[in-house]
Amino acid sequence: MQVEVNGNAMELPAGATIATLIEQLALAGKRLAVEVNEDIVPRSQHLEFTLSDGDRVEVVHAIGGG
Amino acid sequence: MTDKPTDTPELQLPKDRPLEIAGRVYQSRLLVGTGKYRDMMEAGHAIETSGAEIVTVAVRRTNLGQNPDEPNLLDVISPKRYTILPNTAGCYSAKDAVRTCKLARELLDGHDLVKLEVLGEEKTLYPNMTETLVAAEELIKDGFKVMVYCSDDPLLAKRLEDMGCVAIMPLGAPIGSGLGIQNRYNIRLIVENANVPVLVDAGVGTASDATIAMELGCDGVLMNTAIAQAKDPIKMANAMRLAIEAGREAYLAGRMPKKLYASASSPIDGTFF
Repeated sequence: MQVEVNGNAMELPAGATIATLIEQLALAGKRLAVEVNEDIVPRSQHLEFTLSDGDRVEVVHAIGGG
Repeated sequence: MTDKPTDTPELQLPKDRPLEIAGRVYQSRLLVGTGKYRDMMEAGHAIETSGAEIVTVAVRRTNLGQNPDEPNLLDVISPKRYTILPNTAGCYSAKDAVRTCKLARELLDGHDLVKLEVLGEEKTLYPNMTETLVAAEELIKDGFKVMVYCSDDPLLAKRLEDMGCVAIMPLGAPIGSGLGIQNRYNIRLIVENANVPVLVDAGVGTASDATIAMELGCDGVLMNTAIAQAKDPIKMANAMRLAIEAGREAYLAGRMPKKLYASASSPIDGTFF
């Protein structure tokens, strides 16, 4: 299936969870927040939240700003 | 001095209240941003020197496919040590600002203090106040503690306070302009009317600007560019720390009245010529 992650198309196996995605992006253990189709998915649900074809995912972190 | 002494000067002096935001007391009245530094280490060093306890960050997309070992800002500016204040910089609508705050709360494990800013246009980065009001209402309803970047309109500032914002943060001049406090009268009016902390957010260019904001009775100043873009940010961070303290002390001391003409400091009595 194909999902959009931070504006980029990405192929994932069917049934992939957010945890799978984070693992694949080599971001496991990083401090970040995830939104799917503009809804927050809390960290506690990353292991069980299954992505669907066409989902728009945002992975964000804190950077310098004023 | 030929002035008559005042009867009870202490009764006329402003009260020194600690800076308390959303139930937490802070020793430092200087709040700093983390943007525009050469690198994260310089930001960390400058912030430490500034003595700031509240530090703003932005929320942005994680870079995908780039060096996964690059340091994370929150490793340098630890939430254990600092109160992290995520901002909604770059948001031009209430919707985007609310979305950003929700992501920030998730990112910071439920920490719900945010700096709301909804911008109106790129050239001035002036706040869009109608969108700011909409976003503030929605965020407060959702349990956020909102520190709000706003225009210097005393009526709107009061309205934001009445809605439940925990701090009112009018600009002194456009973000990143370094023009200094261009609106002393309005800032003063906002301070006089407010029952929550008022902080000048944006406009400070150098130490004297920060002092002026504090002399007007502001509870604090939030700045980023003035420190980060100084030739020596560490030295400027220290200057700002001192400037904030000096301005606060001068405000509490109660300045002498301004006069149009001179008033001799040395007595006329006892002159021998």
